[in-house]
Amino acid sequence: MSETGSLERRRLALYGWMLAGPALILLTLFAFLPTVSTIWQSLYSRETARRPSVFVGLDNYRALIDDPTFWQVVTNNLVYAAVTIPLSIAIALGMALWANSHLPGRGFVRAAYFTPTMLPMIAAANLWLFFFTPSIGLIDRITGLFGFAPTNWLGQQETALWAVIVVTVWKEAGFFMIFYLAALQTIPPDLREAATIEGAGRWTYTRRVLLPLLMPTTLFIMINALINSVKLIDHLFILTKGGPYNASKLILYWIWETAFSYFDRPTAAALTVIVLAAMGLIAVLQFRGLEKRIHYR
Amino acid sequence: MVASTSRPATSRSLVLPSLDAIGAWVLALVWIAPLVFAVWAAFHTPRAALAFDISAPLTFDNFVAAWRAAPWPRFFLNTMMLVTSILAGQLVLCTLAGYAFARFPFRGREVVFYLVLLQLFILPEVLIVENYVIVSRLGLFDTILGIGLPYMASAFGIFLLRQAFKSVPRELEEAARVEGCGWVGVLWRVYVPAARPVYLAYALVSVATHWNNFLWPLVITNSVSTRPLTVGLSLFGAPESGVNIAVISAATLMTIAPLLIAFLIFQRQFIQAFLRAGIR
Repeated sequence: MSETGSLERRRLALYGWMLAGPALILLTLFAFLPTVSTIWQSLYSRETARRPSVFVGLDNYRALIDDPTFWQVVTNNLVYAAVTIPLSIAIALGMALWANSHLPGRGFVRAAYFTPTMLPMIAAANLWLFFFTPSIGLIDRITGLFGFAPTNWLGQQETALWAVIVVTVWKEAGFFMIFYLAALQTIPPDLREAATIEGAGRWTYTRRVLLPLLMPTTLFIMINALINSVKLIDHLFILTKGGPYNASKLILYWIWETAFSYFDRPTAAALTVIVLAAMGLIAVLQFRGLEKRIHYR
Repeated sequence: MVASTSRPATSRSLVLPSLDAIGAWVLALVWIAPLVFAVWAAFHTPRAALAFDISAPLTFDNFVAAWRAAPWPRFFLNTMMLVTSILAGQLVLCTLAGYAFARFPFRGREVVFYLVLLQLFILPEVLIVENYVIVSRLGLFDTILGIGLPYMASAFGIFLLRQAFKSVPRELEEAARVEGCGWVGVLWRVYVPAARPVYLAYALVSVATHWNNFLWPLVITNSVSTRPLTVGLSLFGAPESGVNIAVISAATLMTIAPLLIAFLIFQRQFIQAFLRAGIR
């Protein structure tokens, strides 16, 4: 009896591995293997026509740390994350509250908020390019009405990164709104009535009841926004190309440039390892949170 | 803003829009302004587009010029083939793997599942340098399959389907088993139909994502016969190509039109699908 039981268990295990196998092979090939080979590659010197690649230990990392461009790009990306994450989340929450209430033309409002999500970043950048064009662009036209001088938004170091940030927030907020909308619809309307009877104003209700209930959604969105602050760089190719003088360069764009414009694979690999380490840290934090939620159940 | 919610219902018919409505509308207008401007520019001559001359005549010339300037039909075809093959691969691989993680106890399942989830953070985008090497070694450089392969085993898809399969009551499975279904039959007759909304939501997200994806296709393609729309558009619209605003607008609208029209038609289903997937 026990023998047939263990046989059955082994059969199930075999099926399990067979079913998961194809996906696991591809994941190994395109996620785990490249991660390992990136780390490996980052420890070797750049191969040139004269000199073959040799093991150099942490030299590539040391070179990066000594490179002021590295610190500028890291700072840029931190600013990019620190601004786009809270800003797009706050706007998304406002959008969701509006899109969930009974407004005239709610369908149009929802569609308008969500539409940027459907556009490729490249197309979004093309659309925004005209807004940012000095003098003839829409933004300068409007500020011009108030007597401001034309500004080269994309072409000067003080504003280039901010222009990039605006496009990212515009693109992201509508996407995050969807998750808040989903969460809002699970909140029973009685809660609001109860709060009103208790004499709670709208602001109190939002702060004391809604926001705590939306916390898991906010966390989920925050992780997404964090990942996006590394990933969303396509618009740089159109808007600024990381310039002027690296003022708007973000890490992933720099990785691409280093590997495919300067053909410096080891440096690109070292940069990739740094990004992966940062992402890994976020993953650990996220899994901790996930585990907590599982324990609650 | 507080006043708007407590207004008595009797005066509803004649009041001015509330501050909330105005705020929501202003934000909505700001949010679609870039798109509206692109439509404006695409149908006018470059000069009229920038002059904001309302009385300027409409023209189709920009679309004609844009259409002639690049092999768009080929780019469209490439994108469609790419999106379809990725989705097909994802549906098959994630269904099988999700089924395995949901219903088959095997040693190390939890650990393997966490490894899979790790891919949510090891983005294919970040690994472009090494994935470029691997795809090239497989002989898939500059092929549609080469663009799609790294995305097919999607951790997100595996996760979603595992959750969906886990919520299917065991009794359904046992009933099917009594009727003589094997493992494949149970998957096909019980689990897949039960997870239909999740499939729909996942498919929509996948198509939208890969229709819009840019960086990896840029890296791994090298010719007109494989480049998707986004890469084509970026080469076409790059400032150094010297194409004017009106023509770029026309080209941009052309590339986003299929997805945008589909979204506007199926808006309700689309947002519902998103909401139902729950992505908890």
